[in-house]
Amino acid sequence: MTVPGGAPAGYGSAGTTRGDTTRAGSTGDTTRSAVPADGPARPGVPRGTADGQWHRLDPRTLAVFPLKQAGALIPLLVVVLIGGRHTGGWQLFAALCAPALLVLVGSVRWATFRYRVSAERVELRHGLLRRQERSLRRDRVRTVDLRSTPLHRVFGLTVVEIGTGSSASRESRLTLDAVAAPAAERLRRGLLDRASAAGPVVDAVPTGAPGGGALPPGAGTGRAGPSGTAEPGSPTPDRAPAVPATAVSAPATAEGPTVARLRPGWLRFAPLTMSGLVAVGAIVATSVKVAGDLGVNLADPDNLRRADSALHAVPPSVVVGAGLVAVLLVGGLGSLVIYVEGWWGYRLTREPDGTLHLRRGLLTTRSLSIEQRRMRGAEVTEPLPLRLASGARCAAITTGLDARSSSGGALLLPPAPRAEAHRVAREALLVENPEAATRAELVRHPPAALRRRLTRTVLPAAVLTALAWWAAGRVPALEPLWPAALLVLPAAALLAADRYRNLGHALRPAHLVIGQGSLVRRRVALQRRGIIGWRIRQSPTQRWAGLVTLDAVTAAGAGHYSVVDVPLARAVELVETVNPGLLPVG
Amino acid sequence: MQVTPSAPPLRPPEHRVDPRAPRWWTLRAGLEVAVLLAAQAVALALSGDGRLVGSLVATVLVGGGYVLVMPRWRYRVHRWEADGQAVYTLAGWLRLEWRVAPISRIQTIDTARSPLQRLFGLSTVTVTTASSAGPVRIEGLDAREAAALARRLTEATERHQGDAT
Repeated sequence: MTVPGGAPAGYGSAGTTRGDTTRAGSTGDTTRSAVPADGPARPGVPRGTADGQWHRLDPRTLAVFPLKQAGALIPLLVVVLIGGRHTGGWQLFAALCAPALLVLVGSVRWATFRYRVSAERVELRHGLLRRQERSLRRDRVRTVDLRSTPLHRVFGLTVVEIGTGSSASRESRLTLDAVAAPAAERLRRGLLDRASAAGPVVDAVPTGAPGGGALPPGAGTGRAGPSGTAEPGSPTPDRAPAVPATAVSAPATAEGPTVARLRPGWLRFAPLTMSGLVAVGAIVATSVKVAGDLGVNLADPDNLRRADSALHAVPPSVVVGAGLVAVLLVGGLGSLVIYVEGWWGYRLTREPDGTLHLRRGLLTTRSLSIEQRRMRGAEVTEPLPLRLASGARCAAITTGLDARSSSGGALLLPPAPRAEAHRVAREALLVENPEAATRAELVRHPPAALRRRLTRTVLPAAVLTALAWWAAGRVPALEPLWPAALLVLPAAALLAADRYRNLGHALRPAHLVIGQGSLVRRRVALQRRGIIGWRIRQSPTQRWAGLVTLDAVTAAGAGHYSVVDVPLARAVELVETVNPGLLPVG
Repeated sequence: MQVTPSAPPLRPPEHRVDPRAPRWWTLRAGLEVAVLLAAQAVALALSGDGRLVGSLVATVLVGGGYVLVMPRWRYRVHRWEADGQAVYTLAGWLRLEWRVAPISRIQTIDTARSPLQRLFGLSTVTVTTASSAGPVRIEGLDAREAAALARRLTEATERHQGDAT
C-alpha cells in the first residue's frame, strides 16, 4: 500500500519506460544549431533550454566515444599484436575490427539519442534495438552536475547529469554524454533556476551597496562579511570585494558572491590525506594485473627469491626505514597530485537564486550545484593527521547525495584550515553566528559516558598487552620487545579521554549540533527541520550506565546522525524541543 | 555545562502487540535453534569428534533458554502507538529501540505476513520514511488490526502534502 500524498519526489517520476515508440518530432538539428547564439541566457528566461525541440547530442561526441573506449582496448591490442606474431594474420584483423566496432557503436548511439526540454519535462530517448524513453518532471529536478574529462575538454564538450535528488540511484538520473560546454552551462542554469525557489535567497547581494568601499566588509549581513578567520574591520583577502557589485550590475554572468576559493597554501594538507596511498595502491594493483594479462608474472618465485637475496644484503632496519620513507614519499606525492587534479580552480559561489555552485578540477573539470532547499546540514570532519595540522574537511548533508560516497559527492571544500571549514559550513547553512552551527559549544555528556569510552578502549588494549606478554613467554626472540606493548595502555587511555572530550551535542535555533570521535573527529550541524523522525537505542551496558543513543533520522546524507551516550531524560528533552508533542511524555 | 535530568520521563507506547505474538516468536526461535542443532548433529555424526558433544550441549542449554525467555521478554517490551501526529514504537528485548516518525514524514505504509506469521494470523506493519535509517516496524499485530491500522495511517498521511524529506 502506498500513500499517494506522501509519495517521495522522484518515485515514479523518473520511471524508465520501454517500447517501440516512434521518434516523435525528431528533427535533425544539432545541439549547437538549436541553441540561440544571441548571448548568454538570462536567469529566469531559460531560452534555448526549454524550447520543446528534440535535440541530438553534440556531433563531436562521435569522436569522443571511440577514443574514450579505446583506452580499454590498448592491452588487448598489445596482446594480439605481440603475442600473435607467429600465428597468422587473423589476430591483426581482429585488432582492427575492434576500433571499427567502436566507431559503429558510437555512431548508432549518437544517431538514436534525442533529448528534449519542455516547460514541464526533461525527456530523453535512446537505443536502437531496445528503445528507452525516460523523462523527469522539471519541478523534480534537483541537481544538474557537469563533468568534463580531458578528452571531452579537447573537443569542447561537457557531460550533463540531471537528477531528482531523491536518491542517488542511477534510475533517477538522466545523463547527456555529451553536449557543447556552453549548452551544458545553459542547461544547468535553465533547469535549476526557478523564480519561486522555496529556498532562501541570498540577501548578501543587495546589501553590498554598489561601490560600497565605504562600508567595511561585513558591515551588512554577517554572510557578506569576511571569513570567520579575519578580524572585523580589516580588509580581508578572503573575498573578492567586487563580486557582489558585479552580481548586481551584470546579471548576464549570473555569477553570485564567492563563498570560498582555493588558496595555494592549502596544498600543505594534501599529503595528510590517505588518498595518495590508496591511489598508488590501486595503480600498483592494476599494473600487476595488466602485467599478468600480458603474461608477465611479477610474483614469480624466481623474482621473489632474487629480491629476497638482494634484501638480505642490507640490515633489516635499513630495509624497513627505506620502505617507510618510500611509502610516505610516494603516498605524499600521490596525494598532492590528486589534490591538485581534483581541486585546481576550486570555487564555491552562491548563485542569485540561492543555489550553491561548486567548480573544481584541473584535467577533469566538475561542476556541482546544490539547491538550498536540499540542504539539510553540514559536517566538518578532522581525520587525525589533518587535525594535528589544524586542517579539516567540510561536506554538505543534502538529500540525493551520499555524504559518505567515495567520489566525495557532497564535499564543499578540499582539506583546508579548520577555521575555513567551519566558515564554509556556516555559509552553506546560511547561518550568521558561528556559535549557531558547527562551531557551537557542546553540552558535555555525563561521566558515565567517559567510563564507557575507557572500557571500550582500555579493555581491548589490556587484552592485547596480555597476549603480547603470553607470546613473549613462548617465543624468546620477542622477550626484549614485549614491554613496548605496555605503551598501548596509556595510548588507549588517551584515546578514550579524547573521544570523551570531543563527545557532545547542542541545540541551536535552527540546528542540532553533534560532536564525536577522536581518530576522525566530526562535527555535524543538522537542520532541525530536516529531521524526519527519531530513534532511541539502549544496549544492556548502556542501561547499566543509564544512557541511550539518540539518532536523529534524516532523508539526507548518512540517513541518521547519532548523539551517543546521553541520559534518556536528555534525549527525550531534545526530541521534545525539536518536535514538540511528538513523544507522549508524562 | 552538565546535563540535568529535568525532562519528564518517557511514557511507553500505549498498545501491546497481539497475545499470539510470543507463540510466533517461540516457533521462530525454536526453528533457528533447531537448524543450529541439526548442523552440529550432522557434523558430529560425520566426524565423530568428541569436542562437538560439548558444543552441542551448550547449544541446547543456551538455545533452550533463548526459546523460553526471549518471547516472553519481548512481549513485555514490544509496544506501539499511532495517532494523528506520529507513529511511536518500542521494540527489542536485550537492546531496546524506541522509534518515532511524524505522520507528515511518512512515505509508504505496508503490511506483510510471513508464512510463520500466517500460522498465527499475525501481520507486520512497515512504515517507511525518506531516510535510509530503516523503516519503523510494528511486528506481531492481529492481521485485521494491522490492515485497519494501515488504512488509518494512509488516511492520516493523505492529509499531508510535500515530499516528506
